[in-house]
This record gives sequence, structure tokens and C-alpha cells, in this order.
Amino acid sequence: MNTLRQAWLIARKDLALELRTKESLNAAGAFAIAILLLFSFALDVNSAETREFAGGLLWLVFAFAGALVFNRGFARELPNECLDALLSSSLSAPSLLIGKAISNFVTLLAVEIVSLFVFGIFYNIRWWLQPGLLILFFVLTTWGIAVLGGVFGALTVNLRLRELMLPVIIYPLLIPLLIAAIELTNALFTNQPISESQWLWGRVLVVFDVVFTALALLLAETILVN
Amino acid sequence: MADEIRLEGVWKFYGDYAALRDVSLTINAGACCALLGRNGAGKTTLLRILAGLSPFQRGEIRLFREKPRSEEARRRTGFLGHGIGVYEDLSARENLLFFARIAGAGNAEDTSARWLARVGLEKVAQMPVRQFSRGMRQRLALARTFLHNPRLLLLDEPFTSLDDRAIAMLSELLEEARRSGATIILSTHQLREALSIASHVALVENGRLRYSGERTAEMLDDPAYLYRLYTELGAA
Repeated sequence: MNTLRQAWLIARKDLALELRTKESLNAAGAFAIAILLLFSFALDVNSAETREFAGGLLWLVFAFAGALVFNRGFARELPNECLDALLSSSLSAPSLLIGKAISNFVTLLAVEIVSLFVFGIFYNIRWWLQPGLLILFFVLTTWGIAVLGGVFGALTVNLRLRELMLPVIIYPLLIPLLIAAIELTNALFTNQPISESQWLWGRVLVVFDVVFTALALLLAETILVN
Repeated sequence: MADEIRLEGVWKFYGDYAALRDVSLTINAGACCALLGRNGAGKTTLLRILAGLSPFQRGEIRLFREKPRSEEARRRTGFLGHGIGVYEDLSARENLLFFARIAGAGNAEDTSARWLARVGLEKVAQMPVRQFSRGMRQRLALARTFLHNPRLLLLDEPFTSLDDRAIAMLSELLEEARRSGATIILSTHQLREALSIASHVALVENGRLRYSGERTAEMLDDPAYLYRLYTELGAA
């Protein structure tokens, strides 16, 4: 209970800072919208092929935008050695990591929501037809990206080239999550019911989230202190 | 004595370089230990290890019978390093509220308001820290360090770049902490200020503890006495 309370304090502080500075929101939001806009001119948005890989395009954009969000997560703790102040306090390392994942999640979800509207307009895709499933898949996928971003954001925070290293490390690990999200989102965008075999991808999302959240909790102390 | 800081045969390596070599030191509860030594001697490394911020490779450390990274040890410790440990884009009040809540202070609002008044920042409580002068930042850092009434204070060169007002405030806070039974370990180059409040002295040189013992009247009369003594001994 204390872990959750402290994680919420970290997330709330990070979101307050983000709302004040808008560093990640502006960078990730502008990037996502610009890429979606550019591809809408490059592709024939009315063709059936485009609709079939629209989900893939969307999740790749979100994964790249996510790296911009995660790079700021722990970097925010470096000025004035705030990370030392946190780690020497009674805050537990898992709370810090989960708190960062929660703020990553909320920030990335905000970028995704804005991007979805842009996507709907420029790609002529009615993404809202199965809202319950859309929310479920977006929440599961975004949490997976956010928790992985939190873990590797902590690992790379003291590296000189962290902006380069973070994407290089997380993208290969995100492959199963992104494939699952793409498969499920494509089905939603073409307004097809989710088949039995496609639900397997739903399970991949859940397993990915559970495994990486558990790893974050178990390895937080080692990652942050050692 | 149960409530004490105990280090036994502590070694810390950065790669092949031994930053601390076989350091053994015991500090009784309620003592104020001035950690002296030249730049690069290992003072900061020692304080960071005690604060649970840096792992060590050999030896054993107990803070109040607990390992440095245990939640109980961290709950009872206040650490002020080279950075002030507060957020530039939050106000002074928001910073103290946040750290009071992290520390689990009963009434975080009251605690932060009391400490803002204590360090003379109540009139600028809503101002973001980025607009603060250096002295105001240092006072806020002191409030952040002291607000949860720590039983162990680890202060890394706390007098450095403080203005007169902040030096007086820090000396007063340290004196108060000592009276309430807190244990203080501070590293410093400001010998006169440190020795005037220290009950004990530890001299670190090249990662080794060269001397530890009570602060004597000779040291107070001549703050450089200890340095000279060990430099001469080393040269001999």
C-alpha cells in the first residue's frame, strides 16, 4: 500500500512538472502529429492496403514518440541531484520506478488521444466503432511501453548518450508488444470482431505487462542503486 | 551502545581504484563527527555509502543496527549532498510538501509551512525555485533535509557557498539537532565552523582513515593542527 502511495506521489509530481513545462508533451505530440500528417500525404489514405497497415503506422509513431517522453522521465531528476534526494529518502526504489511508469503512461496516453483524432481526420478511419476494446488495447499496450520506458530510462539516466541508447535498447524488446497491438488495432480499424486466434494477441499484451511490471518491481533496487 | 554508526573494514572500488580502503569507524549516537580530508580523499564517497546511494564491495556497515539501504535506516536519515535536491519548476512550498509526503510526515501541510517559516522563505513560498537566489536555495535545501526530524544527518560540505545568514541558520539547526540527540556526520573544508560544533573528528587521506577521535581543545585553537600533524607524520 505504501509502495502505491509513494508511486502516486512521484507520478503526481512528474505530471505537475510536465503540465508546467510541457517538455515531453510538446515534443512527443508535435512529433506524432507531424509523422501522421506526412504519411497521410505519402500514402493513398482511401486504399484498402493503407487501412490494413494503419494500426502498424500508428503504433510505430507512438513507440517513437514514447522514447521522447521516457528520455525526460529520469533526466528530470538530474538537475540539483534530485535523484539522490529521492533515493536517500524513505521512498522505495519500486515506488520510484512505478511512479515514473505511471507518469510515462499518462503522458503517452495524452499524446495518443490527440493523435487519434488527427489520425481519424487525415486517414479517414473510424477508430471509435468498438470503443470498449479500443480503450482496453490502448491501455494495455501503453502501460507495457510506459513500464519498459521507466525501467530503461532508469538504466540509461547516467549515460552520456542516453537519448540514443534508450531507443536502441527498448525497441527490440517492444517487438512482441507492438505486433500484438498492431494485430488487434487493425481488426478494430476495419471494424471486424476479434477472432479467437486474435485474442491470443490480447494475452500477449497482458503477459508482457505482467512480466515487465514484475521485473520493474523486483529489479528496481538493483537498477537504481547499483 | 545500540544507536550508533558502525563501519568495519569497508572497501569501495571504482574499477581498479580503491576509493575507500579498509575503513573502520564507530560513531556513538548523539555525536557530531567532522569528516576532514583534502579533495578526493574519500569523504563524499563515504557519505554516499552511508546514505545508501553507493554500494561498497567489502566490509560491513550498520546504521542503528540496520543496513544503509534498509527502509528504516533511510527513514531516520537526512542527506544533503552537493546538489540542493529540490525541483526548479516547483515552488518552495510544493517542494517541501512533496518531500514531507514522501517521508510520511503526519501533517505534511503543517510541516512544510513550519519549515518555510523556519528558514525564512514563507513570503516566497509560492515562487518557483528557479527564481530563487543561491542563498534562498540553500535554505530550502536545509529545510528539505531537516523536515522529517532525522536521527542521522549526513551533510557533504554543508557550509560551502552559504551566505552569512544561511551559515548562522545551519549552525543553529545543527546545534538543535545535537541537543535533541541526533547524530551528525559532516564533511567540510571550513574547519573553524565544523570544529566549533563537532564532538568528534575523522581524518581521511587517500581513502584511508588516518585518525578518528574526540575533538580536542588544540584542534579548536588551531583548526589546521590535525592536517599538519598527519602531513608531518606522513612525510616522516
